[in-house]
Amino acid sequence: MYNALAMSRPSKRPRDSNLVTPYHRYPRGSQPPYLYPPYRLTLSRAPRKPLIVLPHTLSEITGPVFGHDDARETDNDLTRQHAGEPLGERITVSGRVLDDNGRPVPNTLIEIWQCNSAGRYRHRIDQHHAPLDPNFSGGGRTLTDAHGNYRFVTVKPGSYPWENHPNAWRPAHIHFSLYGTAFATRLVTQMYFPGDPLFPFDPIFNSVRDERARQRMISRFEMNRTEPGWSLGFRFDLVVRGRESTPFERKE
Amino acid sequence: MSAKSKAGRVLEPTPWCTVGPYFSVTVTDANCVRAIALANTKGERLKLLCSVFDRDGKCVPDTLIEIWQANADGKYNHPDDRQAKSIDASFRGFGRQVTGLDGMCEFETIKPGRVPGPHGALQAPHLEVGVFTRGVLKHLATRIYFSGDAANCECPVLALVPKARRATLMAQPVAGQPGTWRHEIHLSGRKETVFFDV
Repeated sequence: MYNALAMSRPSKRPRDSNLVTPYHRYPRGSQPPYLYPPYRLTLSRAPRKPLIVLPHTLSEITGPVFGHDDARETDNDLTRQHAGEPLGERITVSGRVLDDNGRPVPNTLIEIWQCNSAGRYRHRIDQHHAPLDPNFSGGGRTLTDAHGNYRFVTVKPGSYPWENHPNAWRPAHIHFSLYGTAFATRLVTQMYFPGDPLFPFDPIFNSVRDERARQRMISRFEMNRTEPGWSLGFRFDLVVRGRESTPFERKE
Repeated sequence: MSAKSKAGRVLEPTPWCTVGPYFSVTVTDANCVRAIALANTKGERLKLLCSVFDRDGKCVPDTLIEIWQANADGKYNHPDDRQAKSIDASFRGFGRQVTGLDGMCEFETIKPGRVPGPHGALQAPHLEVGVFTRGVLKHLATRIYFSGDAANCECPVLALVPKARRATLMAQPVAGQPGTWRHEIHLSGRKETVFFDV
């Protein structure tokens, strides 16, 4: 069932099995800090001691391999999980998963979750006074194809209030979770929609301090991804870390 | 980072963002994996109880804990593990669970074998661990080792950790329950767990 060799192409590797080709380190400023006081909960949950830099070993350059047993063909359509159709603006969200070397990441598991078009999650702890939609659960999963492409059909999520500070509202977003090819390539992020007026006020969005890095969390509306008479199209490409090139690789 | 490693990068990575409180909309019981090892998986069986605490020592519910590990022979079920050892078809080596209101979750697995580390030195048996929860903007990467394992004192990765903090990475055997281990993850505070920059 978990035939790892069949699921992903082995990368070029050093001949000595003890040598590993590490993944790139994140560029400075490309990621949010753990402690970001405007996001209040980080005060009680952010580690304060410096992280210990771990050189990548076999444990970090490997990771779970997923296959077609892990995502059914229809799991990428969040509008067809119930008897009726959910309320809201029907959209597609599609794009590619690439590594930072520009190479596609095929056959990788993507999981998404979101609130409904009224801004309410189907979850026991969401108490927002907005209606649940009996035709919307808000969860989806898919595998990227051989070229790293993926596509979801859903409805545009609403904005909703949260308790971080007085009158706090989250910009509309869809959560994305990816495994990539290794423990080192795990990525969980949030996809936003272009032009959201709540951006300047949201501490989670702004915890990524670099303006250019923040832009990479915003999807793009693309007219050519709309389906005429049916759905609006948003494009969201995701970039996970890629491998360093090493002298060992060039020798092969 | 060496200039060499920069040469290949042509795209900037997507920033991480917190999982928030609602990930179990998708990460459901049906696709969580408590039993990493199945009945026929080779190896010393373990029940692992994990608890998560915040800076004030309060338990942290709704936290996703992910485990990645080698099989009993020290082989990962992954194409980039080129060691001449066999994979165990019943064993992917991946598990994930969500902590309950008591901040706890449990896994059933086997003790992994030793895998090579930097410069070929063998690492002590360990689990790779990812911790995801609201208030944590980028997942926390840590490891679980096994207290009392003779290999711990020669593990090249443990050697990177200041001695006084190594105990934060050690699961402890539960007295009177053979095969059951307990591990506490402290996100912050006096007992803060060692987290790695992976």
